[in-house]
Amino acid sequence: MKLLSQDRPGGPLISAILVLLLIGLALAPFLFPGTRALDTAARICVFVVLVASYDLLLGYAGIVSFAHTMFFGFGAYGVALTSEHMGRSFAALGIGTLSGALAAALLALAIGLFSLRVRAIFFAMITLAVASAVAVLVSQMSALTGGEDGLNFQIPRALTAAQKYADFKLFGVTLNGKLLNYYLVFSCATVLFLVLLRIVNSPFGRVLLAIRENEFRAEAIGYRVVWFRTGATVLSAVAAALAGSLYAIWLRYVGPSTVLSFEIMIDILLMVVIGGMGTMYGAVVGAVIFILAQNYLQGLMGLAEGALQGLPLLPQLLDPDRWLLWLGVLFILSVYFFPTGIVGRLRRR
Amino acid sequence: MSDPILTLKGVHTDIGRYHILQGVELEVPRGGVTMLLGRNGVGKTTTLRTVMGLWRARAGQITFDGRDVTALPTAAIARAGIGFVPEDMGIFTDLTVEENLILAAASGPLSSDRLDRIFAAFPPLKTFWKSAAGNLSGGQKQMLSIARAMAEERRLYLIDEPTKGLAPAIVATMAAALRDLKAEGAAILLVEQNFAVARLLGDSCAVMDDGRVIWSGPMAELAADTALQERLMGLSLEAP
Repeated sequence: MKLLSQDRPGGPLISAILVLLLIGLALAPFLFPGTRALDTAARICVFVVLVASYDLLLGYAGIVSFAHTMFFGFGAYGVALTSEHMGRSFAALGIGTLSGALAAALLALAIGLFSLRVRAIFFAMITLAVASAVAVLVSQMSALTGGEDGLNFQIPRALTAAQKYADFKLFGVTLNGKLLNYYLVFSCATVLFLVLLRIVNSPFGRVLLAIRENEFRAEAIGYRVVWFRTGATVLSAVAAALAGSLYAIWLRYVGPSTVLSFEIMIDILLMVVIGGMGTMYGAVVGAVIFILAQNYLQGLMGLAEGALQGLPLLPQLLDPDRWLLWLGVLFILSVYFFPTGIVGRLRRR
Repeated sequence: MSDPILTLKGVHTDIGRYHILQGVELEVPRGGVTMLLGRNGVGKTTTLRTVMGLWRARAGQITFDGRDVTALPTAAIARAGIGFVPEDMGIFTDLTVEENLILAAASGPLSSDRLDRIFAAFPPLKTFWKSAAGNLSGGQKQMLSIARAMAEERRLYLIDEPTKGLAPAIVATMAAALRDLKAEGAAILLVEQNFAVARLLGDSCAVMDDGRVIWSGPMAELAADTALQERLMGLSLEAP
């Protein structure tokens, strides 16, 4: 309980789901063999942190920002650039991670102090403008960033499949650097999530909730609203940058479409909404559902199409090419039946 | 009124293009209850909000305990020792009663001593301690709102219509709580339309009209003089 900062997930059902997801992710390499499954599990770990950090901003502080992928990108490009210029080493990863997080914190501080005084809609617009400007810069400064092609870089051999740690296989899994890399991502993500959970359940988090509800009242009680909001922005930016670094270390590649695009921003928003705003645990549920759907819906539909051959209309509707249509239907249904998100619905405070 | 805790000198406040306060002169003595009376729309609530810095005074000076607070940020004014209970109560409906009170103690943890006093004044708050404040009844919300101002040592309370729309039984609880607060020696500036409560609690009194204070003096004097009431507020306060 202490580990969860006294914030229980809620009812028994949601607790059971979360424990299952935790076990699933912790044992992913052994339970779901194959590169694709492991890749999906790592993506889920990274996005849990990214979505949780956005939930801190949107769900707890009530701040709408469109710059979250930008901070994610800072972390990712930080690792990519240092690995590119310093060569493959753990030092490069460390320095890249730290400098990405630092850059994210400074920019978040600047944006926050300059623009969190204004009305929410203007802040959202400013973040959108800054994020677009950064995306354009990254794609134009191709000498440094590789432009639209992005950067491929090397990470220490100890974290790649080339490094074997044992001659035997454990439950059919080769003990190599890739496995170590997955557990690096998994454990960092777990720690970051617990830290975020701690933050929202601290006195600081309580003030954020108060500000979200009634900022004038919070101010009249004696809290400087702009500082608390800026603090939330900086913390969530740093967490997003750290998630970006993990993602870059896992992929060994960064590019505008994987870490900076506006589509990722929309994915994050959807994951927060599907999981449940202002719940933290919603980030876990939202990220798992969304990324599984993104990765496996197409395959499932292919199977269904094959099974329904010969029936009228249905095979056409279930054509794998139409997977985005069904993804959309899934979202509409989830928002319709779970307006407060899945976790919000199941915990009902 | 030699050493008032709060002084307003020639305070003008505009809301948009409306000139609401037109030179308010007001002194709130240390200890005791000062009633702020007047018809609707004469600027009583605006006066309280201007003291808190929620509206900014365009001209004039506000002094709290010898310190000029006219230009301070709202949060700093609150931390200087003024507890504000707004008309809309402004409780955090999504948070629990407990969380509302913990938040109110902005400068440190809530002392159990104060909590006991709050529970003694408002027993329902203990009953609903862990439930969401949004589910409280109107009277209970008002109790929470006042309890929140009491969560910390304040030297001055600004309370805006605490009995508005409450059942008579709850009005009595509220009046008793305000009397306890007064007995502790805090100064209270109270906007109140319920004249029975006003007469019961008030020591001194200021009457506003058209954005100015037009009369101030001891409450007993106003209460005893129906002609004066008639002249100041255009109605007899003894009317039902």
